[in-house]
Amino acid sequence: MKVLVPVKRVIDANVKIRVKADQTGVETANVKMAMNPFCEIAVEEAVRMKEAGTASEVVIVSAGAAQAQETIRTGLAMGADRGVLIQSEAALEPLAVAKLLKAVVEKEGADLVLMGKQAIDGDNNQTGQMLAALLGWPQGTFISKLEKNDSGIKVTREVDGGLEILDLKMPAVLTVDLRLNEPRYASLPNIMKAKKKTIDTFSPEDLGVDVSPRLETIKVVAPPPRKAGVMVDSVAALVDKLRNEAKVI
Amino acid sequence: MSLDRETFEQLLDTVRRFVAERLVPREAEVAEADRIPDDLLDEMRALGLFGLSIPEDYGGIGLDVEEEVRVAFELGRTSPAFRSAFGTNNGIGSQGIVIDGTEDQKRRYLPKLASGATIGSFALTEPDYGSDAASIQTSARRDGNLYVLNGTKRFITNAPSADLFTVMARTGAKDSGAGGITAFLVEADTPGLSLGKPDAKMGQQGARISDVIFEDCRVPEDAIIGGVEGQGFKTAMKVLDRGRLTISGTCIGVAERLIRDSLRYASERKQFGKPIGSFQLIQAMLADCETECAAAKALVLDAARRKDAGEPITKLGAMCKYYASEMVGRVADRAVQIHGGAGYLTAFGIERFYRDVRLFRIYEGTSQIQQLIIAREMLKEFRQ
Repeated sequence: MKVLVPVKRVIDANVKIRVKADQTGVETANVKMAMNPFCEIAVEEAVRMKEAGTASEVVIVSAGAAQAQETIRTGLAMGADRGVLIQSEAALEPLAVAKLLKAVVEKEGADLVLMGKQAIDGDNNQTGQMLAALLGWPQGTFISKLEKNDSGIKVTREVDGGLEILDLKMPAVLTVDLRLNEPRYASLPNIMKAKKKTIDTFSPEDLGVDVSPRLETIKVVAPPPRKAGVMVDSVAALVDKLRNEAKVI
Repeated sequence: MSLDRETFEQLLDTVRRFVAERLVPREAEVAEADRIPDDLLDEMRALGLFGLSIPEDYGGIGLDVEEEVRVAFELGRTSPAFRSAFGTNNGIGSQGIVIDGTEDQKRRYLPKLASGATIGSFALTEPDYGSDAASIQTSARRDGNLYVLNGTKRFITNAPSADLFTVMARTGAKDSGAGGITAFLVEADTPGLSLGKPDAKMGQQGARISDVIFEDCRVPEDAIIGGVEGQGFKTAMKVLDRGRLTISGTCIGVAERLIRDSLRYASERKQFGKPIGSFQLIQAMLADCETECAAAKALVLDAARRKDAGEPITKLGAMCKYYASEMVGRVADRAVQIHGGAGYLTAFGIERFYRDVRLFRIYEGTSQIQQLIIAREMLKEFRQ
């Protein structure tokens, strides 16, 4: 079974985000970048499947600027076999990424797509669902558990109010949630070996995909700074404030 | 640089994350138990930390000196005891073999040292001879094709967990000086080798040291590093030469950690209605820490690059060890001062670093020995 893992290069989760002065977006110059944490969980799961013998090959795919190659290398260092970079300097929207991924899935003949449920930059939570729709494949989103069986794949989804267990036919698209696993640290020798693994590069044109934007960002602003809290001296005062000031009870 | 920038940055980033996420949260636990838990040692092995300086051909990562120093900056940002666990495998416990070992010795020992399956240790210092290393008296008497070792080694880092010792012993006459010393590779389970009780010490709990005692301990002649008698002192000096830079790198890492902790405290702690960091006397201490630390860093990076370029760095290496270890001592002292009462409390961990860093001025050549090396090299250069 060939597993494709799409990954996204995002601003490192530990970096404090700053909005650009001209309000066109967030500052990314000289900012530390890293693999989106949900993507990391997807890579970990794919590598575990490879180690368990259920996956024959794990291919990392990323769409974005040339530096996305570094993010692919992170996945290769964790144990994936090879990479595919769809190089585009343009800002890519979820639908464009889904179309690009569809082309790579078909080119590669992948049996399973394992990806993060969303990226921590745009928080769109769309690409996996769009990809499944474009491919006409079953989808399992927000999964916290995954088991391969003879007929397909059994997944546990984290949904509002509990867990939902689905049996999916293969091929399928799965998007992973936080509790699926704890990603490993790539070992230092494996980081060095990753350098020798291949990354094929394509352009959106090579894949016949039009990535022109369909959305227009009007402006990006920072959230208002949080005001200092107040200490109340009794439960009665708290209830009074909740009822009359905040009007939540 | 032996690695391309991107690969090295990724490696550095992984070490940084490992230190911040896995090691820093367990500093107090390790100090209290005076032992590094096995699960953490396993993680260090899996990550490849035991083989940083061992060449790739022998299963290590083969970092050059600049890279190793930059990794040491990162590893310094937590208790030095953690680094000590794999420090000897990257430094004094393996470099004798890397630098002067025979091909057979390299194949036999380096892969296991690189993976952390074997722990290496370096036994030079004795009860009566440390700084005066050329006078050590542990003897190695030839007996057919064996050598018989007798003597005691003291303050031996990682001896309690070591599987392999690099032992300096005298094959020449009692008064044969440096030229009569030979380096032997002695496996810990060799009959006649025993250990003293682990020594209780001021700091760096979790890193363990003890005496190593040789009583008619017989080793084969192919245990001599490089196979030639009388080369041991030179081997030891080469090993210590490189080690000085990585220890300096660790000092800088610790100093950076303490400066960060001090900045945080100075920003949060209020007196007279203002954060203490807004007071000039606190600012002076912060500025001195930052300036001295940056100077040490520049010195160490320069020395490391020169070493990688093949320049002799005996003087520079001694300058690095001397300055960086004294610098981190001053930084730790100021960190306690900036933290005030909190700095003196165990719970804040600052006093622990204060005790930990004291060792840097003592081991692998005291500050006074470094001063002697620096001046000796200066006079030699002047005469030329």
